[in-house]
Amino acid sequence: MTTKYETHEHDVLIIGAGGAGLRAALGALAQGARVGVVCKSLLGKAHTVMAEGGIAAAMANVDSADDWRTHFRDTMRGGKMLNSWRMAQIHAQEAPERVRELEQWGALFDRTQDGQILQRAFGGHTFRRLCHVGDRTGLEMLRTLQDRGVQLGIDVYMECTIGRLLKDGDRIAGAFGYWREQGRFVVFRAKSIVMATGGIGKAWRITSNSWEYTGDGMALAYAAGAELMDMEFVQFHPTGMVWPPGVQGILVTEAVRGEGGILRNKLGQRFMETYDPKKMELSTRDVVARAIYTEVREGRGTEHGGAYLDISQKPADYVRKKLPSMYHQFKELADVDITKGPMEVGPTCHYMMGGIRVDAETAKSTAPGLFAAGEAAAGLHGANRLGGNSLSDLLVFGRRAGLAAAEHAKQVPSALIDSAQMEEAEREMLAPFGRKDGESPYTIHRDLQEIMQNLVGIFRNKEDLTHALEELEKLKERSERLSVEGSRLFNPGWHLALDLKAMLTVSEAVALSALAREESRGAHSRIDHPGLDPAWGTRNNVIVREGSAMTLRQSPVPELPVDLKQIVEED
Amino acid sequence: MAEATFEVFRGDRESGQPATYRVPIAPGMVVLDALHHIQAHSAPDLAVRWNCKAGKCGSCSAEVNGRPRLTCKTRMDALPLDQPITVYPMKAFPVIKDLVTDVSWNYRVNKKIPPFDPRPGTDWKTYQEDVDRVQEFRKCIECFLCQNVCHVLREHEQTEHFGGPRFFVRVAALEMHPFDSKPRTQMLKDELGIGLCNITKCCTEVCPEEIRITDNAIIPLKERVVDEFYDPLFMLVRKIRGTKQESG
Repeated sequence: MTTKYETHEHDVLIIGAGGAGLRAALGALAQGARVGVVCKSLLGKAHTVMAEGGIAAAMANVDSADDWRTHFRDTMRGGKMLNSWRMAQIHAQEAPERVRELEQWGALFDRTQDGQILQRAFGGHTFRRLCHVGDRTGLEMLRTLQDRGVQLGIDVYMECTIGRLLKDGDRIAGAFGYWREQGRFVVFRAKSIVMATGGIGKAWRITSNSWEYTGDGMALAYAAGAELMDMEFVQFHPTGMVWPPGVQGILVTEAVRGEGGILRNKLGQRFMETYDPKKMELSTRDVVARAIYTEVREGRGTEHGGAYLDISQKPADYVRKKLPSMYHQFKELADVDITKGPMEVGPTCHYMMGGIRVDAETAKSTAPGLFAAGEAAAGLHGANRLGGNSLSDLLVFGRRAGLAAAEHAKQVPSALIDSAQMEEAEREMLAPFGRKDGESPYTIHRDLQEIMQNLVGIFRNKEDLTHALEELEKLKERSERLSVEGSRLFNPGWHLALDLKAMLTVSEAVALSALAREESRGAHSRIDHPGLDPAWGTRNNVIVREGSAMTLRQSPVPELPVDLKQIVEED
Repeated sequence: MAEATFEVFRGDRESGQPATYRVPIAPGMVVLDALHHIQAHSAPDLAVRWNCKAGKCGSCSAEVNGRPRLTCKTRMDALPLDQPITVYPMKAFPVIKDLVTDVSWNYRVNKKIPPFDPRPGTDWKTYQEDVDRVQEFRKCIECFLCQNVCHVLREHEQTEHFGGPRFFVRVAALEMHPFDSKPRTQMLKDELGIGLCNITKCCTEVCPEEIRITDNAIIPLKERVVDEFYDPLFMLVRKIRGTKQESG
């Protein structure tokens, strides 16, 4: 096959260089595959570096009673039993080994008195379980994986964005993208592709997510025929910064509460006593986020519309040692010394439980040759993710995706890609340059964020969701007429125009799934259907493309085997 | 609403000049917010790197009023607003476009450093006091501001012979790692050119993570190199043993 495009060939192509992507790359390399990793930013800048609190793994270094069964039970209960039980089991069983492996690759975690990896308490975890490095655990993990990957010689294509998956019949055969720097197009031929593109938070106005989190991987997979699942479950982290306006949404790690931080409303009441008297501040994120939101809505919020989070009762040195980046973040961005007084916090869009539907053992999607891991994949977390389970997810299922993708590449012959697919992708991607006097992509993005924030937020109802779907239709039409200025050389306006398409696709999937689920479960709260509905407890919403239309159907939640059911029901 | 005037470098490898923009100021606003405002309202193709907007990824480095900074942590209320705020790309690296520079040289230097190599038979036990000093180095977010201000790179352009503070920090993290066994002093001397550093501490001053680069990383590494290669007793021992370290 000859094309006019710069072309690279790999057995396994990994899209995304965060924790899941890099762990997948290491897994595939171990199988002898030729591996390429494509990432939108520079290597080492992925969203994983923003993960703060820790990696959940039942190592039992601090609480000796901990084991995989308890971690499994916590995960299933936290996910309101909508999780893939097999993923939750694999995750709980394999996480400790994945953490030890990181240490053997050079990661240096905080230590216990007897020289082991230290573990801290976190919301929804029965035992102290989160292996951590102060409040910069994600950076430690990413740097370790990055160094290992560089050492073993993975090919990394930095600042390169994929715009379309290429197929040979039903099979995934490659990817078509552009270099951000020059705006030139590039083709990657691959027998297997692993999606490790993270989440979708940039579709909301108040978010802890970076510009990269535009749902590309999910939208690409959907366009290529793969199924998406659980798209209604969007996690709003209870504690984002609320003041000043420029920092609204920036994450305040759950480790603040893990280390003893207390939530109060403006009347000084410790309001978690009302919402979850047993677990208090360390209740699950869905519960704490709704609690803060409710306090504010009912007039008991702080000056800037949040709640107070206070860790100043702990010794100042301890706070600076265990929460150094929070200390600096508040000091430098909000003029607040957290060792002396409370922070103001409120919910911020943080994490996508839903995503590409995958097989528990192999992380393969329903599209042949396409795999997915980490936030881009669905299943492990069900209706709500526990803090700390994301970093362990990246390692456990990143590795499995890499292994399975390499295995798949060994078994299939080379694919053929007809050049018409690439030319069509090029035409589509360049179209915004050809239109004059259209709207700016920034305007449409801002409107999308308002719609998702106001109509598809923490509390939802039928009217809002229906309205959101109508508004999204209008935005889709507007986005087809937008235009971009300037050249193809490192042009963020153009990049946003292309990312918008993905954001609109995933936003529609979220609204459609949220409208269908007429109950409240985990992170999905319907004001018009406030309780759990047992019938919905046995169904996952699945989104699939039929022709050009997005369709939704339900799929039964796989039933727990008897032994695991016992574990979940134990006290 | 109060406004600020910005002079932002616009251009590419060949040429460029500052362009002027007016930006409304909101409480607590940082320079990166202003750049985003310019993108959304005046210059949609203004090239800027950023990711986390929380000082954790080290992407948004630039020179604000002549001072190398993370734009996400540079508050507008800390800058004088009676004159234009200038924003230029990092000077030590070639411009790609506007505020985006070509930092690929750093990734090439990084590849030269022999990776973590654990001692055989280690029991993986270590204590917080032994980990503390390495954890300081591992806070590095690779914003490359230290590389940008280091005069060996910025003025003397010794990129062929010098690794720069960022990579001395990385080597220090490996050399002082409780489980690592690999010697790296030879390559520090020969390939990373640590002798070229004359400890002016510019790197330490600019580090947003407050890593004490000079005192805690560079000086101890220099001492190791001196002990190893310039101490007469060590030199004699080496001569007798006839050993040579690997350096690649």
